Amino acid sequence: MYHTHKEIEIAARHTFSIIVDNEAGVLARVIGLFSGRGYNIEHLTVAPVDLQGSESRITVVTTGTPHVIEQIQAQLDRLVPVHKVGDLTASGPHIERELALIKVHCQNEKQQAALRIAEAFRAKIVDSSFESYIFEVTGKTDKIRAFIRLMEDVGLVEAVRTGVAALTRGAQPL
Amino acid sequence: MSGKEYSGAEIIINSLVDLGVEVIFGYPGGAVLPLYDALFEQDKIRHILVRHEQAAVHAAEGYARSTGKPGVVLVTSGPGATNAVTGLTDAMLDSIPVICLTGQVPVHLIGSDAFQEADTVGITRHCTKHNYLVRDVDILSQTIHEAFYVATSGRPGPVVVDVPKDVQIFTSSTVHKGQVKHRSYRPEVKGDINAIREAVKLLSGAKKPIFYTGGGVINSGPAAAQLLREIVQFTGAPITSTLMGLGAYPASDKQFLGMLGMHGTYEANHAMYDCDVMICVGARFDDRVTGRLDAFSPNSKKIHIDIDRSSINKTVRVDVPIVGDVAHVLEDMLKLWKASVLEKGQQSYDDWWVQIEKWRERDCLKYSQSDDVIMPQYALERLQELTKEKDVYFTTEVGQHQMWAAQFLKFEDPNRWMTSGGLGTMGYGFPAAIGVQIAHPNSLVIDVAGEASIQMNIQELGTAIQYGLPVKIFILNNEYMGMVRQWQEMNHGSRYSQSYSDSLPDFIALAKAYGGHGIVVDKPGDVDGAIKEMMETDGLVIVDCRVEKLANCFPMVPSGAAHNEMILPEEEEIREFEGGAALV
Repeated sequence: MYHTHKEIEIAARHTFSIIVDNEAGVLARVIGLFSGRGYNIEHLTVAPVDLQGSESRITVVTTGTPHVIEQIQAQLDRLVPVHKVGDLTASGPHIERELALIKVHCQNEKQQAALRIAEAFRAKIVDSSFESYIFEVTGKTDKIRAFIRLMEDVGLVEAVRTGVAALTRGAQPL
Repeated sequence: MSGKEYSGAEIIINSLVDLGVEVIFGYPGGAVLPLYDALFEQDKIRHILVRHEQAAVHAAEGYARSTGKPGVVLVTSGPGATNAVTGLTDAMLDSIPVICLTGQVPVHLIGSDAFQEADTVGITRHCTKHNYLVRDVDILSQTIHEAFYVATSGRPGPVVVDVPKDVQIFTSSTVHKGQVKHRSYRPEVKGDINAIREAVKLLSGAKKPIFYTGGGVINSGPAAAQLLREIVQFTGAPITSTLMGLGAYPASDKQFLGMLGMHGTYEANHAMYDCDVMICVGARFDDRVTGRLDAFSPNSKKIHIDIDRSSINKTVRVDVPIVGDVAHVLEDMLKLWKASVLEKGQQSYDDWWVQIEKWRERDCLKYSQSDDVIMPQYALERLQELTKEKDVYFTTEVGQHQMWAAQFLKFEDPNRWMTSGGLGTMGYGFPAAIGVQIAHPNSLVIDVAGEASIQMNIQELGTAIQYGLPVKIFILNNEYMGMVRQWQEMNHGSRYSQSYSDSLPDFIALAKAYGGHGIVVDKPGDVDGAIKEMMETDGLVIVDCRVEKLANCFPMVPSGAAHNEMILPEEEEIREFEGGAALV
C-alpha cells in the first residue's frame, strides 16, 4: 500500500535574500541545503556587499508551495554563517533586476532590426564588429527573456545572465 | 596580544583543557602526529584509543548522552575522517554535541590529491551542524572555542574542525579566553510568552490532552526533565515519549503510556490519534512516530515546543509553535498554568483516562511464553527486573532488539538510555557503551545487541579490554537480521533475501580471545542465572542469549498506516499489503 503525502498547495516563485558571513564554503552550504533537501534553484547571485568584504549577499529565486517556502526560510536561517534571511516575495513590494549580455550575429536588414529592438529595450551596445553586436540589457526576468527571444530571430549567438538581484522597496533594510 | 608562543597542537590541547575536556576518543595517523605528540606531553586529558574511527564518534556520543557534556573525537585525515562520517551523521540526526578534530594535509598540499587527503569539510558539510577548515594558527584557539559553542548551544550537533598538519606545527601567541560571541549564530532559548499563553489556554480547555515528548527534553538538561515531571503531574494529563526521549519522564508513573510510534504501545498511539490537544515537547514528528501523515492525530490542536525553528511545520502543521529551549518554555508554561488553575480550576480528564485504561487493557506487549525457547521479550523483562535496583545505563544496536529494549526496559531518569534513533546505525551500541563506561566507571553499562549489529563494531572489544571497561554485551541472538526478516515476512512474501546471519562466530570464544568472559544461554530457566553471572563478573562480558528465531516485534503500526491501525501480537496473522512493499 503506497501512501504518498500529496501536496495540494500550489507552488509559487519566491525571491530570497540571504546575508552571510563571507567565509570559505558558505555558498556551498547554501546551495547544498537546496540540493540536499530537494529544493529548486532558478536563479542564484552572490557577491560581497560591504566595504570590508566580510559579508556577502546571496539572492536565490526558487519555487515551492507555501509549506516548502516556509521550510526553506527556516532551514537557511539555521545555517551557522547566515545572518539574515528574507523572503522578499512574502515581505511586500521589492525591486528585481537582472543583467544580460547577448551576442548577436547579423547583417543588412537584420542589423537594423537588432538595433531597433535594442533601442526599445534600452539595451546598450558594449561590443561591435562588422557582423556582430554584444548588447547589455537590464531589467526584470520577463524583459530579459523577451529580448533574448526576439534576438533568436535576428541571429542570437549566445547569451549570459547574472541572475536576479533584488531589494525591498522603501528606506528599511532587509 | 603578545606572549608565549605555542604550537597549533599545544593551542588545541590547551583550549580543550580550558573548555573542561577530560577525555578524547581517537585514532592517530600521519596528519595528526603533532597533536598526538602534544597529547603525549600532558596529563590533563585522557585519550581513549579505539579500533575504528566510527567507534570513536559513537563512544563520544555515548559519553555525551550519559553526561550532558560534549564528546570529543580526534582522527587523522583522509580515511580517518571518512570513517568518522557515519558517527557524525548519527550525532547530527540525534542532536548530540560532538566535536570532531580531524587532521588534514598541510595547507600547500590541499587540493593536490595528496596522500590521505580528503575534502573533509566538503564531505562533512551535510552531516555536521557546522564545520571549519583552519588555515591560520592565529585563529585556531578562537575556532575551537567557537566549535564547542556551536556544538553545545541551541539544537546540539556535531562540529568538525579540520586542522592541516602545518597549522598544528606553526606557532602563535593568540589564545582565546572567555565567552564566545558569534557574529551570526544566536540560538533562541526563551519562548514567546504570548505563544506560551496561547498554549496554556488551549491546554486548560482540553478534554483529551496528551504530552508527546522527545529527545529535546533530555538535551535541554536535568531541569527540563524535572519541569516536565512537575507539569505533567500538575495537570494530570497522559504522556508518551519517542524512542529518543525515554527516561525524561519515569516509566513507572501511571500517567506514562509508554513509547509511541511504529513499535509504540497501543494506548500511546490511540491516545495520540484521539486526543483533542497535543503538546509536543522537544520532538520532531519523525515518520517513525507519525505513521501515515494525512491520518496523524486528525482532530487535535497541536502545540510544538522546539529550539529549532525548522522543525516546526516541517512534516506536521501545528497550531501553536513555540521556538525555545524546553526548560525555559516549560518553566513559563507551568507558572501560567498554575495561575490559570487558580482562576478557573483544573479541568478533569476522568473520561479520557477511562478510555485510555480500556486501551491499556489490551496489554499490547503481551507475548506467548515458551518453556523450551527463550522469547526475546522475556530475556529483556528479566534483564529489566534484575537490573532495576542498579546504577545502570543501557545502549542498543539497531533492529528488533532495540525496539524490544525500548518496550521492556523501564527508564526512570534521563541520560540512562543511549540508542541510535534518527540514523538507525547498526554498530552504535557497543562503542557508545564504551563511551558511557568511560564517563561512569563504576556503573553497570549494558549494550543490548543483536548478533548482526554487534559484528559491525566488534573490533572495539580490544578497546574495552585495553581500558579495563566492564561493559556487558547482551546479545539477543536469533540468527537473523531480525527487523529485515520481519519486513521481508510482512512485505516481501517471506523471501528472506540475505537476512540470515550465516557463519556466526562463537561469541564465547570471541570474548575469550580478547580477554573477556562469555556466557551462552538457550533455556528460559537459565536466563536469570546468566544475567546474574554477567553482573557478578568483573570486566567485559558477552552474553550470547539464543532466542526464538522467528519472533516478530509487536505491536506495530505498519509502514504507511495510521496510529489507529496497529497490529497487535494476537493478530500475528500478518496482513499482506496490496502493493507488496512499503515505501518508508
